[in-house]
Amino acid sequence: MTKAEKILAKASKKDKVEAGDIIIADIDIAMTHDLTGPLAVESFEKIGTGKVWDPSKIVIPFDHQVPADSLDSANNHILMREFVRSQKIENFYDVKQGVCHQILPELGHVLPGTVIVGADSHTCTHGALGAFATGIGSTDMAMVFATGKLWFKVPETIRFNITGELASNVSAKDVILHILGETGADGATYKACEYAGETVEKMSISDRMVLSNMAIEMGGKTGMVESDEKTYQYLEGRVKGGKSTINRLKAEQKRFITDLESPSLEIRDIDVDELEPLLSCPHNVDNVKPASEVDVEIDQVFLGSCTNGRIEDLRDAARILKGETIADSTRMLVIPASRETYMKALDEGLIKIFVEAGALVSAPCCGPCLGGHTGIIGPGETSLSTSNRNFKGRQGSPEGEVYLCSAKVAAKSAIEGRISVPEL
Amino acid sequence: MMEGKVWKFGDDIDTDIILPGRYLIYTDEERLSQHCMEGLDSEFPNKVDNGDFIVAGKNFGCGSSREHAPIAIKGCGIRAVIAESFARIFYRNSTNVGLTLIEAPGISQYVKEGDKIQIDMDTGVIIAGENRIEFKKLPPFMMGILEEGGLINYLKKNPNIEPQ
Ligand code: SF4
Repeated sequence: MTKAEKILAKASKKDKVEAGDIIIADIDIAMTHDLTGPLAVESFEKIGTGKVWDPSKIVIPFDHQVPADSLDSANNHILMREFVRSQKIENFYDVKQGVCHQILPELGHVLPGTVIVGADSHTCTHGALGAFATGIGSTDMAMVFATGKLWFKVPETIRFNITGELASNVSAKDVILHILGETGADGATYKACEYAGETVEKMSISDRMVLSNMAIEMGGKTGMVESDEKTYQYLEGRVKGGKSTINRLKAEQKRFITDLESPSLEIRDIDVDELEPLLSCPHNVDNVKPASEVDVEIDQVFLGSCTNGRIEDLRDAARILKGETIADSTRMLVIPASRETYMKALDEGLIKIFVEAGALVSAPCCGPCLGGHTGIIGPGETSLSTSNRNFKGRQGSPEGEVYLCSAKVAAKSAIEGRISVPEL
Repeated sequence: MMEGKVWKFGDDIDTDIILPGRYLIYTDEERLSQHCMEGLDSEFPNKVDNGDFIVAGKNFGCGSSREHAPIAIKGCGIRAVIAESFARIFYRNSTNVGLTLIEAPGISQYVKEGDKIQIDMDTGVIIAGENRIEFKKLPPFMMGILEEGGLINYLKKNPNIEPQ
C-alpha cells in the first residue's frame, strides 16, 4: 500500500484499502476559517444535530479577512465567534494568530499518520508533516462537524522522486513550479502527491510545506512527505503530550511508509541540479517559464501567504533587500504568515530591513493572496507574488496580471522594479 | 429529459473566475449568483435563462474549495454543467449543493454557444443537433442527492444511508 492508502486504512479501521475504494474515515482534525466557516456553520445548523461531534478536534482560525474590512466580514466574524462559544470549540484563533495552514502545524494540530480536512483547498500543505490532509467544501465540513466522519475515494499516488542540489538562487518554490509546469493543472487530479528523494530529505519543514501546499495546483488530493527526524524536531514543544506523543509517533512511523511496489503508485524522477529560478505566468499556475526569460515591469510585490510567508522566506528576502531600496515605481507588501513568524522576524531585525527598504509590513493574514482583503491590484496592474495562484482576478481586477515566484526572486525584483533574478 | 441553451467556456475555468474571492463574504444564493462568472463576463448572470447549461473544457472548477462557486452557478439558473473533466473538490461540492455535473469527454467539439441541447440523465445521452454524446450515468446515490437539491436535504430524508 501507499502512504495515503495506509493512513486511510487506519482511519477507516480496515487492514487494507486499495485506490478506487470508497471508505468512510474518522477525522482527526477539521479546520474551517473566517471565510468558509459561515457557510459550513449554516449547513451544520440545517442538519440539526445541535452539537458538534468533538469540540476538541475542530480548529477555527481567522485569517482571510483580518481585521474585518467591511460590515459583511465583521458580521461573519461575529457569527463564527458565536459558533465557537456555543459549541465550546477548543481551538479558536482570533485575528491575531496568522494564516490557517501555517498555524495548524505551528500550534501542534498536525501529526503524522492522521487525517485532516479543511474547508480550504490548501489544506494539502499539512501533508508535509506526514498527514493525509485535504481540502473539502462547506457542506462536507458540516457533515464532519455533525458526525466526525467523511467518505473518501482512496486515491492513487504519484511519487515525485527529487534528486540533485539546488543552486543558491533557487528555492523549493522553483522545484514545485517546475513539477507543476511538467504535470499540468489537472495532471494529478484525484491523486495523492508524494515528495521524496535526497533533495526532499535535505529540505527544511518549511520547504517541504511549499511542495505540499501546491499539490492542489495540479489537482492533487494531498501532498505528502515521509515523516523523519526533522519532522519530530519540528513537532517537539508544539504537540500535546510532548515527548510521549513524539515517541509514540516515532514508533508508529514505519506503519505509514509507502511500499514502492504498490500497484497504485507511479514514480516520477525529477532532477533539480540544473534548475533555475522560475515564474508562473498569467493566468494559469502551470504556465511556467524561467524568470530570466521574462522582462516585465511590476507594480506590486507581495511576500507572504501560506506558500512563502514563513521565517525562512523572510530571511531569504531580507538578505537581498538589506541596505537596498525598493524601486519608486513598485510597492512591496510583506505579510508574515503567522504571529510566531512575525515575532522571529522582529527579533532577527528583518522587519527593520523591510521597512528601511520601503516595504509595507502588515500583521499576519492572507493579505492580497485571494484578492478579498488588503492590497488588491487594479486594472492593468501587475503583481509579483510568492503565493500560489495567479488566476484571472485572483488578486483583484480581472484586468490585472499575477506572476508567482520565490521569495528570492520577489526581493530582487522589488529592488529593480521589474522581474529580475538574484545572482548566484 | 432536460432541454436548454448552451453557454460555452474553455479549459481550466477556476473558481476565482466563477466567483471572485471578494464575494466570499456572502453565503446566500441570490447575492452570490449576481457575481457568477464575473472573472470573465460580468453580464453573465443577466444573460442566462433558467434551465440553461454551461459546456466547458477540461478541469472545470479548479482552484479554491469555495462552495460559493457551485452555489452561484446554480443560483443563476444553470441546470447542469457539462465538461470534458472537473476538478475534484468542485465535483464534490456541486453534488452536495445540488448542481448537476456531467463529465462528457469530447463535448466541446459538438456544441457551440447558443445551441439548444437535450440531456437524458436516465440513459446517459446528450443530444446536440445531429449528434448523440454518451456519458457515464451517475450512480443512484448521487442522483438521489441531486433530486433532493443537495446532500443535507437528502440526508434528512435518508438518515441512515452510507454514502457509497
Ligand atoms: S494565504 Fe492565500 S492560499 Fe493560503 S489560505 Fe490564505 S488565501 Fe488561501
